[in-house]
Amino acid sequence: MRENKVQIERKDFSSGISAAYFFLAPALISIFIFFFIPVIAAFIISFTDFDIYSLGNYNNLRFVGLKNYSDLLNNELFWISLKNTFYFVIVASPLSISVSLGAALILNSKLVKLKGIFRLAYFIPVVTTLVAVAIVWRFIYHPRFGILNYLLSFAGINPIDWLGDPFWAMPSIILMSIWKNFGYNMIIFIAGLQNIPEHLYEAAVLEGASGWQQFKKITLPMLAPTTVFISIITMIGNFQLFAEPYVMTQGGPLNKTLSVVQYMYQEGFRWWNMGYSASIAFVLFIIIFIGTMLQLRIQKQTA
Amino acid sequence: MIKKILLYIFLIVTGLMMLAPFIWMLSASLMYDGHASTYPPRFIPDEFTLYQFESLFSRLNVARNLFNSLSLSIIVTLVSLFFNSMAGYAFAKYRFAGKDKLFSLLLSSMIIPAQVTMLPLFLMLKEMGFINTYMAIIIPGLANIFGIFLIRQYALSIPDSLIESARMDGATDFQIYRTIILPLCLPILITLAIFTFMGTWNDFLWPLIALTDSSMYTLPVALANLMGEHTKDPELMMAGSVITIVPILIVFLVLQKYYIKGIMLGGVKE
Repeated sequence: MRENKVQIERKDFSSGISAAYFFLAPALISIFIFFFIPVIAAFIISFTDFDIYSLGNYNNLRFVGLKNYSDLLNNELFWISLKNTFYFVIVASPLSISVSLGAALILNSKLVKLKGIFRLAYFIPVVTTLVAVAIVWRFIYHPRFGILNYLLSFAGINPIDWLGDPFWAMPSIILMSIWKNFGYNMIIFIAGLQNIPEHLYEAAVLEGASGWQQFKKITLPMLAPTTVFISIITMIGNFQLFAEPYVMTQGGPLNKTLSVVQYMYQEGFRWWNMGYSASIAFVLFIIIFIGTMLQLRIQKQTA
Repeated sequence: MIKKILLYIFLIVTGLMMLAPFIWMLSASLMYDGHASTYPPRFIPDEFTLYQFESLFSRLNVARNLFNSLSLSIIVTLVSLFFNSMAGYAFAKYRFAGKDKLFSLLLSSMIIPAQVTMLPLFLMLKEMGFINTYMAIIIPGLANIFGIFLIRQYALSIPDSLIESARMDGATDFQIYRTIILPLCLPILITLAIFTFMGTWNDFLWPLIALTDSSMYTLPVALANLMGEHTKDPELMMAGSVITIVPILIVFLVLQKYYIKGIMLGGVKE
């Protein structure tokens, strides 16, 4: 029976194989040449001393083994950028996910009418251009004329130099980035909430479960797959922090907001230390890879 | 009842906080030089003026950057839509050796951050003479894995019988793709089009690397560059931000239904 079916299919799609390759070729060839080859090339370049002299003449290129990686591990600026990036990822990701979940819960509640309008207000920053809003926020954070210090003055708080103070610079970037991004995860959470069957809550209410118990025993477990997906994409996105510090602080003050991608960009495209820069990119990739695997492992263990 | 009122107050206050940066941006962009640098800050201009927009267009040649952003976003969207839809269709409806392996290889490589490819990509495009041309932006955007994935998921739901009966009627594979698959995939094509358009419009790091001449800059790169020289001109910078944000906001508001659907598809189906 099964064999029979396969045969019919083979007949029907006899012209299919070459057609399939015809349809696949444009996309796959471009992805192969302009994505996979560069990944492999970057790996190779990270073991060379590719610099501005090699850029002029490839004969100046030499293999240096693991030198770039060992230089990297001995470079203070790299560790600073790594520390800053981890600070950003570890603080901004959970905060942003919590805000997304909170907003999704409120907007999914039956008490609220006109959901669409509020959802839109929370979501609009997501679609706007990061560079443009980073510039807007740079002025919002202005120590003398910014709206933020003005509003805080009503609470009796003295003006703070948000982006100029080594302590406050990163928290300011985190706040701005949560404002910019949480709407995206909020939409995914709303979709996840709508997939939870209503009768679970009805049964819980009959048994006298409080709102908090319902949240802990029904909502959170049912949302778990959504939450893992969200934490992975949020983490990956946050590890790639670049435009916010580039526009708002240039990595300052005192390198307190220098991110790994920004360090990679500077080494590679400002100083043309491309071998060294490629090794930074690969370390970033390895960190993202390990982070993703860890989260998947945690999900499997709890599920 | 009280709970409900408190909830609405909370929603309205936070909603306004979300929008406040945009409201201030718009209002500062309509002020004369120096009027946004006062204490207490002005939320409404004393005198409305389009002076900042005039100087952006007449003196700083932002029209050129707007044109670059617009053309690149449209070209990348159209070309990648074509490539991705063909590949997505093939993955959904054809059988060939190694299909599943190939598809999962593509999916798992989505974890590789784009930054890894940027150095070699720059060198390749430099060799080809494409740095500082539109091609430097178009080529890396020709196809993308997420787009192929979205279309494949959608095309899977198209009944095989439709394709088979068209084949009986003598339609060629490309005719089937053009007259059956594309029209049926229209909703997901619109979704993907918005994602790609916005992604290209908002992209920063790669255009910053690949476009080296200010007349070739896209709006975000031009804006970041302008910021370096005009840190003390909030009014001018806000006008630049308005020009960058408003077009993308209009696209989103018109097509938001499709955009939101796309996020949900990517998020829940995993």
